[in-house]
Amino acid sequence: MAEFWTHFGLPTFLIVAQSVVMIVVLLIVIAFTLLADRKIWAAVQMRRGPNVVGPFGLWQSFADLIKFMLKEAIIPAGANKGLFLLAPILTAGLAISAWAVMPVTKGWAVANINVGVLYIFAISSLQVYGVIIAGWASNSKYAFLAALRSAAQMVSYEVSIGFVIITALLCAGSLNLTDIVEAQNRGLGMFGWYWLPLFPMFVIYFISMLAETNRPPFDLLEAESELVAGYMVEYSSAPYMLFMLGEYVSILLLCGLGTVLFLGGWLPPFEVAPFTWIPGMLWFVLKVGFLFFLVSMVKAMVPRYRYDQLMRLGWKVFLPLSLAAVVVVAAVLRLWQYGF
Amino acid sequence: MLPALFFYLFAIMCVGAAFMVIATKNPVHAVLFLILAFFNAAGLFVLLGAEFLAMILIVVYVGAVMVLFLFVVMMLDVDFAELRAGFLKYLPVGAIVGLLLLVELVFVVGAWVTAPLLFSDAPTPNMSTVSNTQALGEILYTRYVYLFESAALILLVAMIGTIVLTLHHKRDVRRQSIAAQVGRTREEGVEVVKVETGKGLK
Repeated sequence: MAEFWTHFGLPTFLIVAQSVVMIVVLLIVIAFTLLADRKIWAAVQMRRGPNVVGPFGLWQSFADLIKFMLKEAIIPAGANKGLFLLAPILTAGLAISAWAVMPVTKGWAVANINVGVLYIFAISSLQVYGVIIAGWASNSKYAFLAALRSAAQMVSYEVSIGFVIITALLCAGSLNLTDIVEAQNRGLGMFGWYWLPLFPMFVIYFISMLAETNRPPFDLLEAESELVAGYMVEYSSAPYMLFMLGEYVSILLLCGLGTVLFLGGWLPPFEVAPFTWIPGMLWFVLKVGFLFFLVSMVKAMVPRYRYDQLMRLGWKVFLPLSLAAVVVVAAVLRLWQYGF
Repeated sequence: MLPALFFYLFAIMCVGAAFMVIATKNPVHAVLFLILAFFNAAGLFVLLGAEFLAMILIVVYVGAVMVLFLFVVMMLDVDFAELRAGFLKYLPVGAIVGLLLLVELVFVVGAWVTAPLLFSDAPTPNMSTVSNTQALGEILYTRYVYLFESAALILLVAMIGTIVLTLHHKRDVRRQSIAAQVGRTREEGVEVVKVETGKGLK
């Protein structure tokens, strides 16, 4: 019995416990991220934003949660019932499961695997299925058109994100997220992180990230003037909430990946006393928050792209640029042995 | 014990999903089951310690190839009754292909059972010292670099061929030229005219 516990019970229990902690913390953070998004958006437009529920509207997301849970879930008569309900679960589940490899601070990843970057890349390439299945199963023209648009968009921008990630991987020489952060710890503080030598790639990553998560200005699948509200037009109550949840979790995930690849993960920006006292987890959260703030500001300030412009940007601008960057970075590393 | 449990989970799911691919009536469901089968195969790869292969399987096949499959299948208006009608006609061909695959599999498994030495000196570096990615890279870019490059070239030729075959240049379409738009000056775009009262523009 004791052997059963040490070989089977304890590892399972540990993994489950860590995962549960991760998910709970993540969901609470998401609740406030949603609020922050709305507040930032409101501030740019000189509105107050949600300010009724709780102090400064802090409990707004929880009120929304209760509202969504208590509403009636409507399934259209012509919908493919099983797939219709599978799509939101898939979207939210996949987005959350990608967080398993994210190193929040040194040694704090649920699964510290050797192919962490590839795992995140694989999961985010699976995200497209939630969209396609939702669009198809809804049996609605608007939803289907939006799903096709969004799927083409996500597949296109995945390519450039992939190349951008490769440039950072070349510098770090590892696919392990923890090792990538450690490789940026070169005693130079924030000037040793990869955002500085790979600045153009960081910009491309940021823009591709917006397109990959269907955020404005690339939220063509939601283009309410043309497509009503995108692939989730037939969804209501809890399934709709799962879509929203999945969307925000994957935005934060890509912010987290950007933090790890370009902003030094949990490392403090300066290697001197007051900065090194602050725990690494807080630095990680601050950096992710900073990236999310940028994402949010873009939403508030930039008008929506047209679809052909979006495709042009992805295939004719970002793809050649990032492909050239891979060659240049590899050549620089090989010829000058420059320790990025 | 835990790996064994997961092996059976993945293996049963994989075989079950693969069976459903051919058993299900709706082609969209068939593609989705195929995705499930790929996903479980990736799980089996992870259990074998081939984590790089597992992730690439998901990124390439599930994330890209199957999306295109799904696109095509969703857009097609397939008449199932018509599809079923041809079933008996194509049965012999399908059976022959299946039989050939089965024979090949039997040979492989048979060789593995009867001559295990053939497989023991496979050129795998010690997995405890080298990571998956590094091991693959070292062998792909040194020993098999020409084969690897020629495979890439074949893919490139195929890609260019597809583009050449499908690209049609329409003549009377107005296209956006970002450079022309950005390079426009005020003189070209705006003309300030002083209009006298009651006369209007010419």
